[in-house]
Amino acid sequence: MPYQFYKLLFNVLVFYFRDRKEWADLEPVPQDDGPNPVVKIAYSEKFTDVFDMFRALLQNDEKSERAFALTTEAIDLNAANYTVWHYRRVLLQALDKDLREEMKYITAIIEDQPKNYQVWHHRRMVVEWLNDPSEELQFVAEILSQDAKNYHAWQHRQWVMQEYKLWDGELEYVEELLEEDVRNNSAWNQRHFVINHTSGYSDSSILDREVQYTLKQIKKAPHNESAWNYLNGILQDGGLSSFPGLLEQVTELQDTCSSPYLTAFLVDLYEDALETNSSSYDQQEMFNKALELCKFLAEEKDTIRREYWNYVSRSLQNTYGSGDPVSASSDPPPPPSSSQLPDMEPSDP
Amino acid sequence: MEEASPPLRCFRESHSSELFSDDGVQTVTSKEQRKVERSIQEVYSVYQQIHTSPQPALLREQHYHYLKKGLRHLSDAYECLDASRPWLCYWILHSLELLEEPVPAAVASDVCQFLARCQSPTGGFGGGPGQHAHLAPTYAAVNALCILGTEEAYKVINREKLLDFLYSVKQPDGSFVMHVGGEVDVRSAYCAASVASLTNIITPTLFDGTHNWILSCQNWEGGLGGVPGLEAHGGYTFCGTAALVILGKEHMLDLKALLRWVTSKQMRFEGGFQGRCNKLVDGCYSFWQAGLLPLLHRALFKEGDSTLSESSWMFEREALQEYILLCCQNPGGGLLDKPGKSRDFYHTCYCLSGLSVAQHFGNKDLHNELILGRDENRLAPTHPVYNICPEKVAQAIEHFHQLPVPVQTGPTPSAMDQS
Repeated sequence: MPYQFYKLLFNVLVFYFRDRKEWADLEPVPQDDGPNPVVKIAYSEKFTDVFDMFRALLQNDEKSERAFALTTEAIDLNAANYTVWHYRRVLLQALDKDLREEMKYITAIIEDQPKNYQVWHHRRMVVEWLNDPSEELQFVAEILSQDAKNYHAWQHRQWVMQEYKLWDGELEYVEELLEEDVRNNSAWNQRHFVINHTSGYSDSSILDREVQYTLKQIKKAPHNESAWNYLNGILQDGGLSSFPGLLEQVTELQDTCSSPYLTAFLVDLYEDALETNSSSYDQQEMFNKALELCKFLAEEKDTIRREYWNYVSRSLQNTYGSGDPVSASSDPPPPPSSSQLPDMEPSDP
Repeated sequence: MEEASPPLRCFRESHSSELFSDDGVQTVTSKEQRKVERSIQEVYSVYQQIHTSPQPALLREQHYHYLKKGLRHLSDAYECLDASRPWLCYWILHSLELLEEPVPAAVASDVCQFLARCQSPTGGFGGGPGQHAHLAPTYAAVNALCILGTEEAYKVINREKLLDFLYSVKQPDGSFVMHVGGEVDVRSAYCAASVASLTNIITPTLFDGTHNWILSCQNWEGGLGGVPGLEAHGGYTFCGTAALVILGKEHMLDLKALLRWVTSKQMRFEGGFQGRCNKLVDGCYSFWQAGLLPLLHRALFKEGDSTLSESSWMFEREALQEYILLCCQNPGGGLLDKPGKSRDFYHTCYCLSGLSVAQHFGNKDLHNELILGRDENRLAPTHPVYNICPEKVAQAIEHFHQLPVPVQTGPTPSAMDQS
């Protein structure tokens, strides 16, 4: 197998730390796995050599250039070793290392391993020490251009923006991303993040703009769940049924843009009308239509969520229905007793 | 031609109507989704050709051998998990307990001794001997020890130092960093709440502000992000919700919005769960996402909801079992993310945990089993908060509640040195 051969070849070419004269004064410290190890990893020679030496440095609390160089090797072998990263940060400060160089280093490491927690945290620390966020938005945009949904990247981006108040141009950036992929849920989330932290949604002209923008995206791709969720999300506070003309706009879409998401949205809207006891709507009609759509979703259009839609239906009947109390079984519900609860709390008897 | 056993959901005529509709607008998201759906269709068609009467089988023997070997030896491919060895112990031990395979006493003792070497002198557990303490391996180590459930296992944990460690990572805003000088996200609150509740070290101040911080992670989608402002994500949503259940504050979430979000994460075609909206199915979310339904069921029940189902969690249990059994098993043992991916112990643990959640509804008094395929596919039930078997949870809690809550001896919580 080519990979195994390559590794064998590479290991033969390695000059182990334990054999280098500049390291001769340091006795490597083998890992203390005990006499009968479990989950024992068959480390390569190189891995063992580097980490045996790392343990020696750690034990002596050595703060030197050679220690710093060793952390680079250790990170290369396992970038998830947070103990090594911590030590590297101690050394960066103790040796007063060039943090600009460190930024270059961490940039390269993240490009190579963008889904690792430690590398992003390290970058954040260096940015904080330098108090210089000037490269961050561009860097994160670079990473996102390779994977537009990288969770760590978005987390870093939000941290930079909040910490250094860099809100300008972000809405434009989000719109670019949505142009490229209107289904990018991370971008929709970022849209919400930016607006929340700048204008907010309470201004009716902002809310209008957002509703219209979202409906436009929905018309382009009616089966895009993100857009429907966003529409729902921004109207929660005000209430779906309170937004003027929304019911009309959405029912209009039914002919050309029908999707289970449209139907579900209507259920949410009807439910909101019932909850707010809105005089703009015929309460009985809202109730009947909501139940009808729940049934339609449960039995035909969204059967994977059958249990959920049946529950919504029962809840609506229970709260707004005029008939007998509804339960999931044909028998009247027994009074809740604690024995029916899955045992969860430590303090449960 | 009549089928002897009821047809699997994925083999029904109408199933192809569940394929993703891209509305003629192709994007990276839709292309990736369709690729996965095609590969799943391939799996289904191969399966139908081989089996005339589909009875999906859990490959118990194969999984057992994979797990048994891994508990002792791992190839160098696992160098990347050298800072997560307690996790490997937990993933493997939990998988074995779900399969109801006993762990020999000698092996159990070896695990105890190994985890003892992972314990930091300043409290908590690190990813390996000599590594700094970190909340994730701490969570895994405590869970692994509770699965073993022997006196020796319980005695490994230095409760006083563990409490000191938790205080050392506690932040003024109620959150926790994962390790000293490390990052904050909602996983840490879950890890802290889990170990503290199991080992009975919760003091009056330990979780001050924590529930409010977790609540601020619930976003416009209804799920929770890793930190406030981030996209709703299955792993983080599970951690936040389970932590709140432990703290007794789950009712403070918008439960309806959360329920709506998580139920919409089950994929209509694949049957498994995605981690985030418009992303791909992954076997591990069988636990992180589906595992939320038992938590929500209980939370709603406690709120006085009388319309909850008395026979099922609010997700398609059969569809999830189909996905796991047909698409997530490696024939040589071990489970995985989706067809085409490699097996690993993390996916083995969480696919099996999700399978268990799908099979078992209720608790010891009110129990409804839905086993897809042969009866031999039945796994042991798992506790939806801790994800170890309920008996082990009860046993651990009983043991540690006989001991007094330690007094905090370490430094008081403060903004820790950020190196």
